[in-house]
Amino acid sequence: MSEALKELGALLELKKSDAVLGWDVTYGELNVDVAPSQLVAFVEFLKTDQSCQFSSLVDITAVDYPGRAKRFDVVYHFLSMYQNHRIRLRVSIREEEMVPSIIEVHPSANWFEREVFDMFGILFSGHPDLRRILTDYGFRGYPLRKDFPTTGYTEVRYDEAQKRVVYEPVKLVQEYRQFDFMSPWEGAEYILPGDDKAAAK
Amino acid sequence: MMDGGKGFEDAQTGEQKIRNFNINFGPQHPAAHGVLRLVLELDGEIVERCDPHIGLLHRGTEKLMESRTYLQNLPYFDRLDYVAPMNQEHAWCLAIERLTGTEVPRRASLIRVLYSEIGRVLNHLLNVTTQAMDVGALTPPLWGFEEREKLMIFYERACGARLHAAYFRPGGVHQDLPDALLDDIEEWANHFPNVLDDIDGLLTENRIFKQRNVDIGVVTEEDIQKWGFSGVMVRGSGLAWDLRRAQPYECYDEFEFQIPVGKNGDCFDRYLVRMEEMRQSTSIIKQAIAKLRVEGGDVLARGKITPPKRGDMKTNMESLIHHFKLYTEGFHVPEGEVYAAVEAPKGEFGVYLKADGSNKPYRAKLRAPGYLHLQAMDHIASGHQLADVAAIIGTMDVVFGEIDR
Repeated sequence: MSEALKELGALLELKKSDAVLGWDVTYGELNVDVAPSQLVAFVEFLKTDQSCQFSSLVDITAVDYPGRAKRFDVVYHFLSMYQNHRIRLRVSIREEEMVPSIIEVHPSANWFEREVFDMFGILFSGHPDLRRILTDYGFRGYPLRKDFPTTGYTEVRYDEAQKRVVYEPVKLVQEYRQFDFMSPWEGAEYILPGDDKAAAK
Repeated sequence: MMDGGKGFEDAQTGEQKIRNFNINFGPQHPAAHGVLRLVLELDGEIVERCDPHIGLLHRGTEKLMESRTYLQNLPYFDRLDYVAPMNQEHAWCLAIERLTGTEVPRRASLIRVLYSEIGRVLNHLLNVTTQAMDVGALTPPLWGFEEREKLMIFYERACGARLHAAYFRPGGVHQDLPDALLDDIEEWANHFPNVLDDIDGLLTENRIFKQRNVDIGVVTEEDIQKWGFSGVMVRGSGLAWDLRRAQPYECYDEFEFQIPVGKNGDCFDRYLVRMEEMRQSTSIIKQAIAKLRVEGGDVLARGKITPPKRGDMKTNMESLIHHFKLYTEGFHVPEGEVYAAVEAPKGEFGVYLKADGSNKPYRAKLRAPGYLHLQAMDHIASGHQLADVAAIIGTMDVVFGEIDR
């Protein structure tokens, strides 16, 4: 399986050298890094080429790396039911950069791209209907970014007096508990209880 | 209408001036199978456009998963597709096992197959019978739920919970099955085909059921590729695509089973495929029980990612420390990314796991089959009658736990 994927990876690099920035086979899966500008053409190639036939779009998602200059990785998974293999494409982009929509090639990308926009705020150029999909009507912020708190910013409750649902800033009865299991010897970033006394002396 | 050209509006009668009618289907409609809101544009009774609004059950599972350990994340999978919980857990366990390179003991592997197939029967029973209810039959759900109840008791006897099992664990399954349970499951499996025959007798040749389902919601091979379908939506249209056969995981390659396929790709064929899949699953269940009877041994790959034996904890300090660390800090998963997919009853359920070497997933994306099926609603339902919308939603097998996540 992995040998066949290596052959496929080499073939892709050979045929589409302008799109493929790099490829590897890890954990028995083929990963290909693709240049954003070449994405649509490359996906089209994957779909139509006889040795690829990646005709089913499985998934589109993104991963946020706040520390990197190219903050987001947009990750595409494709499946070929005819050749029985899978491929993963990674497109690295900056925060303000746009990704070309692949809706022309795979109509099923529609909701996936809407979801990535909803969750990460990544814009897809050429998408006909880039609305939010999973979050509330009128939601603000991009929840799956690493700098978005898990608790969110607003909370919702039914107000008995006003007889309607009201949005309020989130109030936590207890501090949100985020346990850090790093050993203090491996550079934990917080002050241990009692350490502050030592500094005061 | 004349030719739709401008300048003739004043010549139209009142009846001709009727605009297309927009209605909201759901979110509290019993045939919406959960909290689905469809905005339908109707021309008379014909659906012109269908815009599903989803996310009413969005709980932010993927965000929550980023701040919890791998083991703490496992129960979230029960709450995705709550009709067949263990099949979802399976994908998560496979992803972790792939990254950590854990070999699952054979007995655990067989138990997983056994319970995955029970999950498939659970799901198909619910789907077939409630879809029948959507098109007007009341008896099938009553009969089907009786069997579901028995199966949920098997769930309960294995793990203590009827629905939110948390039974599949990375490295195996939580607890071993008692022999009496295997006997009872086998007894059920011997009897179950009779129940299927009963439901079959109620529905398959039923005139109303056929009128509501035959040639409704036809899916072609091209649609499958365009809209990324999987599972029964593919098999109902004649493509014998099943991950259990095409990309075998666990020990499915040693089981004998047939993959039923439909011919026309309509709602009725999908119903028939589901009925036959239940029969095949029952046969897999019997085979798994026969294998489990001869296969002894542990049900967890003892090591870093699984707890030590209870007896060891009482006598061995290292085991006690390991137990404590496992349930507080959790285990660490080496850096890397995998996509693990299982043939869930609804289609291909996948987990894309990005690990950064810590005890929590850096990013986990849950790929739900229903998400893509529902997306194609506009494509499939357009041109159908309003009443067919309920039948189509029914055979698409959507559950909002997994679609909204």
